[in-house]
Order: sequence, then structure tokens, then C-alpha cells
Amino acid sequence: MDNVFDYAPAPESRAIVDIKSSYGLFVDGEFRDSAAGHGFKTVNPATEEVLADVAEADEADVDAAVKAARRAWTRVWSRMPGAERGKYLFRIARIMQERSRELAVLESIDNGKPIRESRDVDVPTAAAHFFYYAGWADKLGYAGFGPDPQPLGVAGQVIPWNFPLLMLAWKIAPALACGNTVVLKPAETTPLTALLFAEICQQADLPPGVVNIVTGAGETGRALVSHPDVDKVAFTGSTDVGRAIAKAVAGTDKKVTLELGGKAANIVFDDAPVDQAVEGIVNGIFFNQGHVCCAGSRLLVQESVAEEVLERLKRRMGTLRIGDPLDKNTDIGAINSAEQLAKIRELSDIGEAEGAGRWSPACDLPDHGYWFPPTVFTGVSQAHRIAREEIFGPVLSVITFRTPAEAVEKANNTPYGLSAGIWTDKGSRILWTASRLRAGVVWSNTFNRFDPASPFGGYKESGYGREGGRHGLEAYLR
Amino acid sequence: MTPPEVTRIDVRKTYKLYIGGAFPRSESGRSYVVADAKGRFLANASQASRKDARDAVKAARAAFGGWSGRTAYNRGQVVYRIAEVLEGRRAQLEAEVRDATGLTPARARGKVDAAIDRLVWYAGWADKIAQVTGGANPVAGPYFNHSAPEPTGVVAVIAPDDPLLGLVSVLGPVLTTGNTVVLLASEPAPLPAVTLSEVMATADVPGGVVNVLTGSRAEVAPWLASHMDVNGLDLTGVDDPVLARTLEASAADNLKRVRRPRAEDFADAPGIDRMTGFLETKTVWHPMGI
Repeated sequence: MDNVFDYAPAPESRAIVDIKSSYGLFVDGEFRDSAAGHGFKTVNPATEEVLADVAEADEADVDAAVKAARRAWTRVWSRMPGAERGKYLFRIARIMQERSRELAVLESIDNGKPIRESRDVDVPTAAAHFFYYAGWADKLGYAGFGPDPQPLGVAGQVIPWNFPLLMLAWKIAPALACGNTVVLKPAETTPLTALLFAEICQQADLPPGVVNIVTGAGETGRALVSHPDVDKVAFTGSTDVGRAIAKAVAGTDKKVTLELGGKAANIVFDDAPVDQAVEGIVNGIFFNQGHVCCAGSRLLVQESVAEEVLERLKRRMGTLRIGDPLDKNTDIGAINSAEQLAKIRELSDIGEAEGAGRWSPACDLPDHGYWFPPTVFTGVSQAHRIAREEIFGPVLSVITFRTPAEAVEKANNTPYGLSAGIWTDKGSRILWTASRLRAGVVWSNTFNRFDPASPFGGYKESGYGREGGRHGLEAYLR
Repeated sequence: MTPPEVTRIDVRKTYKLYIGGAFPRSESGRSYVVADAKGRFLANASQASRKDARDAVKAARAAFGGWSGRTAYNRGQVVYRIAEVLEGRRAQLEAEVRDATGLTPARARGKVDAAIDRLVWYAGWADKIAQVTGGANPVAGPYFNHSAPEPTGVVAVIAPDDPLLGLVSVLGPVLTTGNTVVLLASEPAPLPAVTLSEVMATADVPGGVVNVLTGSRAEVAPWLASHMDVNGLDLTGVDDPVLARTLEASAADNLKRVRRPRAEDFADAPGIDRMTGFLETKTVWHPMGI
């Protein structure tokens, strides 16, 4: 379908960000080279342009970071009154707000996500997370974990590339509020906002060693989570890596929280307001190019309205704008990496080969960079791989149902249990359905909403522990 | 010739497994000798097999929807009813605890009383834990948003050797919160667990909600730890750190929630972490508007 409107380009200026040609590790309050001098390149996925060389931390570097974190914990952070810790977190929140434009542009450049999303969701929510947990730092005795809960010590945290700064905030803010120090490893394809965050820690005069950032890939993460002096492991990423971490920490005293994959059902009942539901479906699966662990990647639509919902969904998909992440009109940005693009292509091809019907709107994809059009599969059976495996891309699988009981049965027919959506006008049906879905977050008549005060996390193989809210403190206290 | 004096011969009990509300022997046809604290023969207990463990998981899964779907008030009454029925069996339990532990009558009685009181404590939690651990979340937008705990699912519990107080201390919290349970009783002292099974069968606990196995920890626990339809694993009764690590590593295959073994005194006030460890938090959002 042709675009109804022509849009003039509306690019956000990237001049606000000063991307250095190379970045070191942030250890003990300072940037330093990796001991072995190894590094890797981070690229702009929308252009394939190399953005910077980034130091790759090996075991020795991770050890140095953990030692710095331990020292800072013992000498400074664990002794500091909660009210003072909280003030540092408030400072960080404020500086993030002050530098929000810079953070948003850098996030979109390094990650590929539309500036509209980094500007309106990632960065403000990350700052809000610090503001929220700042207030907890001197109130922990009221949180329901005993009158005098204590920090664990050093937290080793590994985060994914889909919401680089926001996931950093989810990890660092509660850890620091509870009196822990951290060593955080950002994803290898999106290290830049974490390194800018390190500068923010410097601006906030955060004591050296309280936050350490070690960049690198899987090996760096493995060295971090298996380091014997790490008391707490927090990981967000794939279920396979989460499983490996759970095995690696077995038999130790390390406390672990895992926020892993999902294959959320977005259930549309026949009485749902269709236009709202279609917006919710689009937001559920195409937000952030579908690089969302809680994405509504399985549309369960009641048979009697399936045709109408699909027709309107396709029409709406035809209006989505794909392209330059820095353009303020862009709805769908670049796929984060060549590797992820290959995975999305592979699973989509499998979907076709297994007999599902594939459809994408006609759209021009840029010549350079990693791109995948918004895609919907119809005629999907529950056994199809595209109905079972997390694609982590803008690919929706449509399954129909006849009765509410069948919808619940199909929604729960997955090893995952992170999130789910319900669309209906009937309140009692929402509550009936929500109570039967085995998922940690249920969005009814909305989808993909996040808030620092709202606990987030999964059932079953989507991991354990909660992030956000009072519940999020538990992971960092004993 | 005078007839010999007739002394009454005891009617001994056959100690069996408890699966799906029934009392089968192990499908393997095996049993093992249970001795008292002085090493004297007490009974042959069923020695559960892999198949028994799998049958127990199947029964627990089948019972989960019903048990977790009951009102919290109702679950609390059922757990309280277990305590009521136990109260009527105090003499029997005291004897079993004495046999198993060699404690004095007074101390054995103290254990029985504490075990019953512990169940009463947990019974009262059924309809309170959601208010203590859940609540409204003040999100920055026009949304109703609230979180409430839900049971994790099927939980496998490796019970400690403290044969009655330890047993109810690990069973009570997972049961009252709506999980269904496969419990592997103390290997050397399983008889109170079998008696507790008989109590539960007559205390309105639906069949399959609690399943009790007796036998070898080293043999049975690995099947429970690696079972892909078990959601949680309590390793309290695993003393061997090597076995505990192996079980925790197997449990990672489907990301079971694992409670690691740790030193604990079951006489202490229990706290709520045995309940929260096998609860999930569900957060529900809805827009506000007219």
C-alpha cells in the first residue's frame, strides 16, 4: 500500500554527541585500556559505519573491576548511610535528564532504534528508574524484607543490546540503592551509552569503584558471572545463556536473578475495540523492531473477528515508516546486528517452509545497514517453530481460537512466561483471563508499558526474580 | 496341660507411597529397611523409583489447576484441617518421632506440638501473603497497575531428616501458597511422612496436591531435579554438597526455582521466605479512562 502522506525527512542532529574513536574500560572511577590490549568495534546498524573501538575485558580486567568494586563496597558504599547513597542516585537521575538528548541520539546511533523511542521511552524511563530507587535507599527497613536488610556485596550484571541504557538502569539503580557495588557488562553491539553513563557517574562524583563497566562479549560475561568474589549475578538476555549461568552458579552462595526470553500471547477477543487492539498489536510486536523479550509475538485472535482484525492490521502495517533511526518520523529502525538479522531471516524462512503464510507491506529498505520489514504470518499452528521460538524481530505469528478457555490453553502452551496481552471490553473477562495466564506481566487493553514502580519478570523459562518496584529490591538484599 | 498364655500380636502397618491420593507400593516392588535411632528394625518402607517420581509429578501437575484455583480462604482451611487431624494423632506421632530420633518422650512431644503449631501458622498465611507481598503500583500514567503473588507450580521438596517438625516446616509453606508438591521424605526416618500422608488423605487435601515418596535421595532426587514439568526444587534435605550442586545444575535445564540447603533450626520462627521462594509475582495493567 502506498503511503497516504509524504513525509519530509526530519532527522535529529547527531552533532550533540561526541563519539570518541576509542573507549577504555571504566574501572575504579577511571577509563583504562584492557590489560591485554584487545578490543572490538561497535557499528551503527543503520549504516554499518564503524563508530568506535572499544576495549575488550578479559579475565584479568574483570578481576581488576571486581576488586575495585569490592574495595569500594568495603571502604565506602556499604558504610555510607542510605540517605547519602540515595542522593548520589538522585544526582545521577538528574544528570541523565540533563543529558537526555545526547543519550537518546547515542542510543539510536549505536542500537538502531528510532529516536522517537529512545527519546520518549528508553532515556526518560532509565532516568525515572534511578529517581525511583534513589528514594528507596534510606527506606529499606520498610520494604518488607526485615527491619534491617543488608546489601549482598558486589553484583556482576550482564545486560542485552535491545534497551542498552534502560537495562543498565534496571540493574544498577536497585543494586546501588540497596548498598551494593556493581560490575556491569553491556552487550558487545551496544556499549556506548553505558560508557557515557560512566562519564555521568564521574560528573556525579560517585565514589570510584561503586560502578565499573567492563565491555566485551560472551567470554567477558562468563568471566564476570563466574568470578568467585561476585555475590550476586543479574542477567537479562537469552534463555540459553540464562540456563548456562544458572548451571555455573549451582552450588555457590551467589544470589541470581534472570530475565530471559519470551513468546507472549496477545489475545484479542471478539468484543475488543478493533482499532485500539490493532494499535496494541503493532506496539506489541513492532516496538523496538520486535527486539523485546516481552514482545507480543503470538497474536491469538478470536476466529469470528480474525478476518477483520487481520485486514486492519495489514492496512496499519502499510503505514509504518521504516528507515533512518534518527528521523523523528521513523516507526521501525534497524535490526541491531548482522547476526540478529540472519536469525530473523532464518526463522522467517522456516515459517514459510513449514507452511505458514507470510506477508509484509511493500516498503523500501535502505541499501546499507541491517533491515527487516514488519512481517506477519497467518495459518500458524502451535507446533510451528515461529510459534514456539523467540524470533526477537518484527515478526508476528497469528493463531486463532474459538473460546476463552482455548485462548488460555494456547497462550500458556509455551515454556516461556514473561508477558501476555488481553483485548476485550468486558472487565470480568479480563480478570478471568489474567488470572489464568502463566505470565509475569499481563497488559490488558494496552501493551509494552514499563514503569520503575511496576515489577517486571517471568514465570517458567522466562527466568526468575523481579525488576522494578518494591519487589526489585529483593534481588539485592539479604 | 495348661494352655499357653495368649499375648496379642501387633497388627503392623505397611508403609507405602502416597501418589495422586492413593497409597501404592513402589511400582519397582522394592522396599528398604527403616531402623530406629538405636538401629533396631522398625519397618520396610517403599523404595520409590524413577517411575514413581514421574507418576507423582504427573499427579501433582493434574492437581495444580484445582488447588491453585481455590480461594486462599479455602486452602487455609484445608491446611488447618491437617493440623486438626494431626492433633488427634499426637500419641502416635510422638511414638514415631521417638523411634526415629531417640528423643525423650517430653522432647518428642515438644516436636509434635511445634509441628502442629507450625501448620496452624502456615494455614493462617494462605489469605494474607498476597496482601503482604503484593499491592498497588503507582505508575507514572493513567493506568491501574497491581501485583499479586501466584504459586510457582509443581514443587519438588527434598525433606530434611528432622522427621516431623522439619517435614511440616518444608511442606506447609509450599502447600498453603497453592503449589502442588512431590515430597521426598527423610531417607532414614520416613515413617512420620507416611503417617502425615494418611492424615492428609483424610483432611480434605485433594488427591495429587501432595505426593509423598520414600526411598533413596541419591536415586530419586535427580529425577525430580531434571524433570521438565517440575517448576521448583527445595533442596533442604540434601546434606551432600556435591549432590546438591548436581541437582541445582540439573534444575537449571528448565530454570526451576531452587532453594539451596542451608543450616537452619526448625524451632526458630520461620519467616516468610519459604513461601516467597515458590511464589511468582504477576503484575496486571489496565488503562484508566472513560
